[in-house]
Amino acid sequence: MTFLIALPILIPLATAASGFIAAASPSVQRRLTLVGTVALLASTIALLAHVLKHGTRVHQAGDWPPPIAVPLVADPLSGIVLVTAALLGLAVVVYSRQGVDRRRKALAYYPLVQILLFGTCGALLAGDLFNLFVWFEVMLVSSFVLLVLGGERAQLEGGMKYVTMNLLASLLLLTGIGLVYRLTGTLNLGALSMAMRDVPGNAALAAAMVLLVALGIKAAAFPVFSWLPAAYAAPPVAISAIFSALLTKVAVYAMFRIFTVVFAQDSGEIRPILLACAGLTMLTGVLGAMVQMDVRRLLAFHVVSQIGYLLMGLGLGSPLALLGAVFFMVHIMFAKAALFLVSGITHTLRGTYQLDRMGGIAREHPGIAVLFLLPALSMAGLPPLSGFFAKLILIRAGLEAGAYAMVAVAAVVSLLTLYSMIKIWTLAFWGTPPVTVAGRRRPGPGMLVPTAALAGLVLVIGIAAEPVALVAGQAADALLATAAYAEAVAGSGR
Amino acid sequence: MEVVLAFTVGSLYGTGFYLLLRRSVIRVVMGISLLGQAANLMVFTSGGLVRGGPPRVPLGEEYPVGPVADPLAQALVLTAIVINFGMTAFALVLAARTLQAVGTDDADALVLSDAP
Repeated sequence: MTFLIALPILIPLATAASGFIAAASPSVQRRLTLVGTVALLASTIALLAHVLKHGTRVHQAGDWPPPIAVPLVADPLSGIVLVTAALLGLAVVVYSRQGVDRRRKALAYYPLVQILLFGTCGALLAGDLFNLFVWFEVMLVSSFVLLVLGGERAQLEGGMKYVTMNLLASLLLLTGIGLVYRLTGTLNLGALSMAMRDVPGNAALAAAMVLLVALGIKAAAFPVFSWLPAAYAAPPVAISAIFSALLTKVAVYAMFRIFTVVFAQDSGEIRPILLACAGLTMLTGVLGAMVQMDVRRLLAFHVVSQIGYLLMGLGLGSPLALLGAVFFMVHIMFAKAALFLVSGITHTLRGTYQLDRMGGIAREHPGIAVLFLLPALSMAGLPPLSGFFAKLILIRAGLEAGAYAMVAVAAVVSLLTLYSMIKIWTLAFWGTPPVTVAGRRRPGPGMLVPTAALAGLVLVIGIAAEPVALVAGQAADALLATAAYAEAVAGSGR
Repeated sequence: MEVVLAFTVGSLYGTGFYLLLRRSVIRVVMGISLLGQAANLMVFTSGGLVRGGPPRVPLGEEYPVGPVADPLAQALVLTAIVINFGMTAFALVLAARTLQAVGTDDADALVLSDAP
């Protein structure tokens, strides 16, 4: 059954390649991409079901014996994030039919999205540190091109900041990997978790800090987050939506993996740093969002703020906290992407992203107002939506660990998030419509259906929280069972 | 020999970070390129330095005999060099296009994407 693990990597690659071949016919390219993304979703669901039933599965690439092969590893954590990523990929591909202009599509937009998914799936399945770095580069280079596709001035400026910071992060990641290799002589994540025990604490901590800074930049954690609002507000919202769902979250996933499996011994030193980063990331993100009038930039600052909650889960480190963090990851990937897609719909209606020039959408289009309210209130943490349970679990874990300052910050930031969402609601959805509307077009079903699907998922995850929490719990348990993971990946038990 | 390389790597990192902090966009790209060389040399050194010991397996043996250079570190560096080359090329083109669009090399002029 191990070929199942390779499918989420092979399918987007094949889809991207056939997309490039079919470049002459946009409609064929779009249909191929659609079919490929549906196949990707099916394969990730099959993989998740498989690992939930049989536990962590390892595929030694090329059938080399374990210490030599580059392993692909699927466990419940990578499974659940893979399914979420594939669902979002599908939503964005459907949305792009109307949401992305013809000129960008002619510039290989669809194949680039597939390459981004290809890199994402690879990073989620990597069982080798250097392999992880290479997958990050695959994601990075496709996101570079997607970001500046179209070549508007704001895109180029945002792109310059994004490229500089992320290349720096990649090189720091490579540096950290070099240090780890020097210290242990292996890069296999399973073998590393055993070999790191013999490394003197200070040396291991130095390597851990280099990796923390590198992944912190990629995850847009405090104080290295400022590239994100600059970059995410520039391209069409379909691209911002998939960026917000995939790029930073995969970096957080890599942190989860590395700091639980490789640096388990040093967690006493690393956790306080993570918690401090988490609190400051939450606060600066949400405060930055308060002054924004451009809806995309406002949402981008909230992407930063929500990363703090994920780091909080990792910083607390208890099984309950990690369960909460995994739940939160699924919740925020859906909710945030849904909000970006809604902002694309309001842009179609009003021809602007400026909140003070929208007004009155709720009266004209009550359905679209509901599509906004569901993910917005979920982000603020109102029951019975997904965000409520995610935050409840994290705050409960914080109270159990006695991290009262962290809990207080999380609660205050939740309130400020609600303020931000109310600001969008009162400015864009209430009030009177503007006298002159720049480009009054109607959003078609191609835009509404995927947005509604994501908003519906936010509600469904909230109502059916228990099964999601059970899967998240299994993911957290698998993450903490480092000995079993090490044995499976390093291949000593096979 | 490792000490010499350690200082070389250190000064490459230092120079790279210094250039990265400059205002000129082109210098920033040059800084990234230098940092790439620093990281590559670091990974290369991390495999340990062995003089004149190619990692070959003689006929009839299972493993190489005697001290040999670590082939894995070299394979990693080869991969990293290729990636770094592509990324630098992209960054240079992007810098050139930004230069055209903004009309100046000054990173402080890139404010359009940060206005509230």
